[in-house]
Amino acid sequence: MLNATLAELASALAAKRISGVELTKLFLARIAALNGTLNAFITVDEERSLADARAADALRARGEGGALTGIPIAHKDIYCTRGIRTTCGSRMLANFVSPYDAHVIERFAAARAVLLGKTNMDEFAMGSSNETSYFAPVRNPWDLQRVPGGSSGGSAAAVAARMTPAATGTDTGGSIRQPAALAGISGLKPTYGAVSRYGMVAFASSLDQGGPLAKSAADLALLMNAMAGHDTRDSTSVERPAEDYTRSLGHSLAGLRIGLPREYFAAGVEPDVLARVRETVAWFESQGARPVEIGLRNTRLAVPVYYVLALAEASSNLSRFDGVRYGHRTSDPYDLLDLYRRTRAEGFGAEVKRRILLGTYVLSHGYYDAYYLQAQKVRRLIAQDFAQAYRECDVIMGPTAPGTAFPIGAKSADPVQMYLGDIFTVPASLAGLPALSVPCGFDSRGLPVGLQITGNHFAEATLLGVAHRYQQAHDWHLRVPKETPL
Amino acid sequence: MTWEIVVGIETHAQLLTKSKIFSGAATAFGAAPNTQASGVDIALPGVLPVLNQRAVELAIRFGLAVGGQISRRSIFARKNYFYPDSPKGYQISQYELPIVQGGSITIGVGESEKRIRLTRAHLEEDAGKSLHEDFHGMSGIDLNRAGTPLLEIVSEPDLRSAAEAVAYAKTLHALVRWIEVCDGNMQEGSFRCDANVSVRRAGETRLGTRCEIKNLNSFRFMEQAIDFEAKRQMEILEGGGRIEQETRLYDPDRNETRSMRTKEDAQDYRYFPDPDLLPLVITEQMIEDARRSMPEPPSAKRATYQLLGVSAETVEALLANVDMGKFFESMSQEIRLYGAIPKDQASQVIASAANTTVSSLSSRISDWGSVLATWPDLAREMALIELYVSLGKISSVAAKEARDAVLAREGSVDEVIKKRGLEQLSDAGALESLVDEVLAANAKQVADYRAGRQKAFNSLVGQVMKATRGKANPAQVNEILRSKLGR
Repeated sequence: MLNATLAELASALAAKRISGVELTKLFLARIAALNGTLNAFITVDEERSLADARAADALRARGEGGALTGIPIAHKDIYCTRGIRTTCGSRMLANFVSPYDAHVIERFAAARAVLLGKTNMDEFAMGSSNETSYFAPVRNPWDLQRVPGGSSGGSAAAVAARMTPAATGTDTGGSIRQPAALAGISGLKPTYGAVSRYGMVAFASSLDQGGPLAKSAADLALLMNAMAGHDTRDSTSVERPAEDYTRSLGHSLAGLRIGLPREYFAAGVEPDVLARVRETVAWFESQGARPVEIGLRNTRLAVPVYYVLALAEASSNLSRFDGVRYGHRTSDPYDLLDLYRRTRAEGFGAEVKRRILLGTYVLSHGYYDAYYLQAQKVRRLIAQDFAQAYRECDVIMGPTAPGTAFPIGAKSADPVQMYLGDIFTVPASLAGLPALSVPCGFDSRGLPVGLQITGNHFAEATLLGVAHRYQQAHDWHLRVPKETPL
Repeated sequence: MTWEIVVGIETHAQLLTKSKIFSGAATAFGAAPNTQASGVDIALPGVLPVLNQRAVELAIRFGLAVGGQISRRSIFARKNYFYPDSPKGYQISQYELPIVQGGSITIGVGESEKRIRLTRAHLEEDAGKSLHEDFHGMSGIDLNRAGTPLLEIVSEPDLRSAAEAVAYAKTLHALVRWIEVCDGNMQEGSFRCDANVSVRRAGETRLGTRCEIKNLNSFRFMEQAIDFEAKRQMEILEGGGRIEQETRLYDPDRNETRSMRTKEDAQDYRYFPDPDLLPLVITEQMIEDARRSMPEPPSAKRATYQLLGVSAETVEALLANVDMGKFFESMSQEIRLYGAIPKDQASQVIASAANTTVSSLSSRISDWGSVLATWPDLAREMALIELYVSLGKISSVAAKEARDAVLAREGSVDEVIKKRGLEQLSDAGALESLVDEVLAANAKQVADYRAGRQKAFNSLVGQVMKATRGKANPAQVNEILRSKLGR
């Protein structure tokens, strides 16, 4: 059961081979056994999980319920959950209990999935290694001395270690795809606007997008059916008819035009990563797909542009954490300025402070045009590069990250080096495009390598179909990490 | 040395919406602290703003009323600053692309008119309130007002005196009330003005350094503050000094302005487009809808009243005091709906109702707003009195008595007329026999009249009126007397 897909779990539940309560207990026991080592969860509320499971069982007993009824799902601790604290990986919100549920949480509740717990993450989703969490780093189940990626590192590690069948994450510049790659699982960042941001603690509003992490593309499709959809409470949520994300899962690969950006197969990518991705592309070719070399010529500008825009927005989004209404407040401030200064100095970690400072700087009088405005212009150029490319190809493939999981602490002293690891994930974020990462083999150290597949706007079903065909012929996604055997 | 005063006014008008500009919380004034603040208003983590379309409609309405350009695409921006009553740490406002650009307001200056250009009008949210009393050295925060929709209306520096500034503010105030975009309540802060004041030597074309004066919560304070500030600046300049650009607070108790912050303290608000809100797109249909739903603006009312024969002075009084004007409009509506009167006569009655409102009624009613709210039937009662005078049912003397009695809550007009016996005596037969009695009893006056003394006639009229206790129609009495006396 621990290694079963969502569809398998659903049929086991439907056939009463297992109850929702039993399934939930199974995963709670797995969390209890492994979380001390991996630190993937910040909060687990067994009573709440079991109550959800009992309600789901009652529903199934009446012959009702859907694909996710009774299935445990872990949520990134960035989604507001009523009654269970939402920390966002920060001391600032360490004791914050939201009075409302995020849209995504509501959707899973409506599907009668079981809320299994809240997963660890980089503080305010700012990081690519899960080392910036106030609740200590998450460890990679493939190698406990290495990072699981970030910022949705807790969700990725939890799925990889089979502590949960699936999890939610958020992706601003790669925060679903990169940890999925480093932890050897599948993860999808949907088109901007496909999943409501209501109730997701904001990092960079024009880039933030919720999405699923799971073992397989087929699982991601089922999760998207629950998560996606229009929400009037998010003005950037796109109003379009509900779609079935599983609809292309059986589609053939014949004639699929695969764009291979020159800039993604270049120096700076680890040789093992390049080799695995090339082998994968070759397999697609053997199935009738047609590789097309394309150019995404502004790729090298994507990381600087991303770090200007994302941090500008973040500096403003994080202003609400001031110690006045909720969250951390310093003790005995002697005046208002002291309240602000010490609350924020104590409540935020070093990386968050760095980003607030940078974001404040690029918006400042005299710098706005040179940084923020210029970055907006380049962002449009990057989007145009993709629009041009999709005239020649259907999907774009490349490595999700230039390297595999790195040792904890290896990049902590060099933020720029850390930021450059986002080179292949930020372009799709800037263009608002859907992109997923699926495991495509291992490097010489036995660490998983991720393949990124990017599509045009709202081409999620196509991406999932392509990835599913690959997973039908390969079992990378079913391999269990050696540090966390079943 | 002659100086010219230059003033521009920034006005924050609270838009008449039921809910806030970016949340569903109510905007009603006076609720217990923090009972009208939703998750969006207190800026919980993860909440998002959703634009109130009604606020947009009202902003378009204002733009059309002042002849401004409605931007087909405008942008909401974040103005970043920390303060406890600004829960997000930024205010959502419009910066580079406001919803309304240009337009103008025409004010009366003495006998002539002056057109004051508007720079822009933009949508933004209000902040909450910090309460510094009653908390034993701490501050309380009330976020009921946070997120209330405001239209910030900015004039060009076209005003040349405190009196012009006040005329502008009053005209704008009446306009926003007439077109029902703002309730104009200055006590509750629904209509707040700041003045940018500078002075320059007569003939100079460049603007002087300006100071922004805040806390002008009445028209009187505005006039005093601008006068004080202009004088302060002139004295500095005449003494060879320089004006420092700063924000100054008006203190009505001491009638002076005091420095709040100088340009050096000016914050960098780091404006940037709010990524949570899409650009505001306004379609031709929305503009057409706003045009169609626009209440009659004062300019159109002025023309209508003048056609009815209301004097210019009375028209201006009715337009300036919106509640009084609305009372008059209810009266005129009642008069139009009154069946027993021909149309051309109705116009005369309406004109007379206008005069009555501005002269007799306004000396008795000071708070027209509360009359409108608490005594909805009064306008109909007052209209009936005008109609009865016109129809000869009561005399104008009796009308005055009837108004006073109704206002003193003695009863309805009809009840008061009956109770006090105010109805005019118009029965020719009854009057004739009364005249006969008076003539018989006053042989001397009759003789005097016949001898050519006009005064005797007046005395006889007086006797008849006295006998009817003033209820007789004087014209009718004159006529009967003349025919009886045979000239």
